[in-house]
Amino acid sequence: MSRSVKTAATLLLGLLIAYASGQRSMAQTYGLGSPTNGKEIAAWNIDVGPDGVGLPIGQGTSQTGEPVFLEKCAVCHGDFGEGVGRFRALIGEKSSLTSDRPIKSVGGYWPYATTLWDYINRAMPFGNAQSLTSDEVYAVSAYILAMNDIITEDEVMNAQTLPKVKMPNRDGFIFARGTDIKAITCMKNCVDKVTITSRALGNKGVPAKP
Amino acid sequence: MKRRGFIRNSLLSAAALAVGRTNSAEAASGVLQIPEWTKRLGSGVGTEAYGKPSIFERNVIRRFLPLIQPTREASISFCPLQDLHGTITPNGLFFERHHAGTPKIDPDVHLLVIHGMVDKPLKFTANDLMRFPSISRIHFVECAGNGALEQHGASNNALQFTHGMLSCAQWTGVPLRLLLEEAGVRNGAKWLLSEGADAVALARSFPLDKALDDAMIAYAQNGEQLRPEQGYPLRLILPGWEGVANVKWLRRLEVGDRPWQTREETSTYTDLLPSGKARQFTFIQEAKSVITSPCPERPMPGKGYFSIEGLAWSGEGKIKRVDVSFDGGRNWQQARIKGPVLDKALTRFQIDWQWNGQQALLQSRVTDETRYVQPSYKQLRKVRGTDSVYHNNAIQTWLVHPSGEVENVQIG
Repeated sequence: MSRSVKTAATLLLGLLIAYASGQRSMAQTYGLGSPTNGKEIAAWNIDVGPDGVGLPIGQGTSQTGEPVFLEKCAVCHGDFGEGVGRFRALIGEKSSLTSDRPIKSVGGYWPYATTLWDYINRAMPFGNAQSLTSDEVYAVSAYILAMNDIITEDEVMNAQTLPKVKMPNRDGFIFARGTDIKAITCMKNCVDKVTITSRALGNKGVPAKP
Repeated sequence: MKRRGFIRNSLLSAAALAVGRTNSAEAASGVLQIPEWTKRLGSGVGTEAYGKPSIFERNVIRRFLPLIQPTREASISFCPLQDLHGTITPNGLFFERHHAGTPKIDPDVHLLVIHGMVDKPLKFTANDLMRFPSISRIHFVECAGNGALEQHGASNNALQFTHGMLSCAQWTGVPLRLLLEEAGVRNGAKWLLSEGADAVALARSFPLDKALDDAMIAYAQNGEQLRPEQGYPLRLILPGWEGVANVKWLRRLEVGDRPWQTREETSTYTDLLPSGKARQFTFIQEAKSVITSPCPERPMPGKGYFSIEGLAWSGEGKIKRVDVSFDGGRNWQQARIKGPVLDKALTRFQIDWQWNGQQALLQSRVTDETRYVQPSYKQLRKVRGTDSVYHNNAIQTWLVHPSGEVENVQIG
């Protein structure tokens, strides 16, 4: 093969590769958006995982949390976490879940203590979100956990201890895979007797218990 | 000339004052009159720079129940399904569910950040997203709590309150897959966290599979930019999945390898069973249907022919068939599907009825393309009990009284 043919062949191959890769990158990415980094998004990157990933430096106990709770949380959740009006109760027992009126309290229902930190930090106090310091969030979390007798009043909550708190209902959840309902298409004489068990007229929109 | 003009004007004013009487006179005489609006000019173009419905439709509004939530900012307004036609919900009537009110977001300041297990963390403005090839898809959004008020028994005598946490729109935006390809998802990634910019920074985890399947970042609904109540300027749409997972005012997507166990997927939006255990990550809004006409707000107008109409939808795909019962579920007849039949979208059905004026118990039951059949309350409660709160997709019963009045009842 002459040198010129060789060069031409190499050039052609190069062009083909360039074309092919150009096509591929066109199909895959558009080069839109701007790069960002951990430093830039730090104030937004607030999530805390069940393993404690995302928990910041800081600490608090139930004792340091009590005055914060009474000042900033009790107006809706009650001095003892019992809940005011339709605002949620924070204290409760797991046994409530099989009762006539189940209460999904922190103590009786929440599977992870990290969720408490995450939610207080991102959303509380209601109407003044993301205003608490990390120490205050640890302290209020500790206060709520202590009210539920899950930790003691002087137990220090921080990035190491909080994820290790074993919540009473930790194993109370089933990861849903597929449906749990199996109904069939029946067309004739599908039920023996049709009985009306409840009626809405006269009801003022307040859910009744059967 | 002057005098004649005066008489003419007086007669006109008298006629204007007598419009109401003209109508009754018309009814009495059986002769059609020419109404005022046929004689006088209407309002000019641009009178309403952004048009509104007729003033005679002023009762077609979202409504809420003050008792069910602690504040208006963490509450629900229900869509007036009884007044709507077809399958697209007008933007101003789309149901609302907010956890901390509707934020007023400046689209020039708002950003969507994608980070975590990606090669290239990125931020996008809404304008950046509009440069991508867009898709437009019609999908329903239903709150997981739709029907929760009925879980203990028939409670609200109104379709708006039994089923109104449901709406359907044509969403336009970018497939989430494209944005993830742009950022480069790392090996081992399995879950995403989606987070809103509202005052609870609402956060939910969802599987990467859904993100790569049909998830989209929407910036428009029914041809215009998202309404503030629907997430302006950006929201997540996870077709067929419970409303809360379709995070509004979307500001952040983090890629990870496990769910975050946020408050909205542990403390709430988990389905408590009679055993005390709760089902978690019950994302899919399973097949459901309801008769929208007649309904408590739309009683029977009288004996004779009536075209029963209703809505059916499934978070698993398309509607395959709908059956209607007139006797409380003992016998069923197949209804007509009106179409269009779209994936994870509201679908209309109809069935003819010659009403003889006697009591009837109307029900509808949908089957979707996965062969999932909508359950009765009895079937649903057998598995879920009465405190599951979320994902109540049981068959609705309307009791038609001989008077034509329609009542929400439940059948044992």
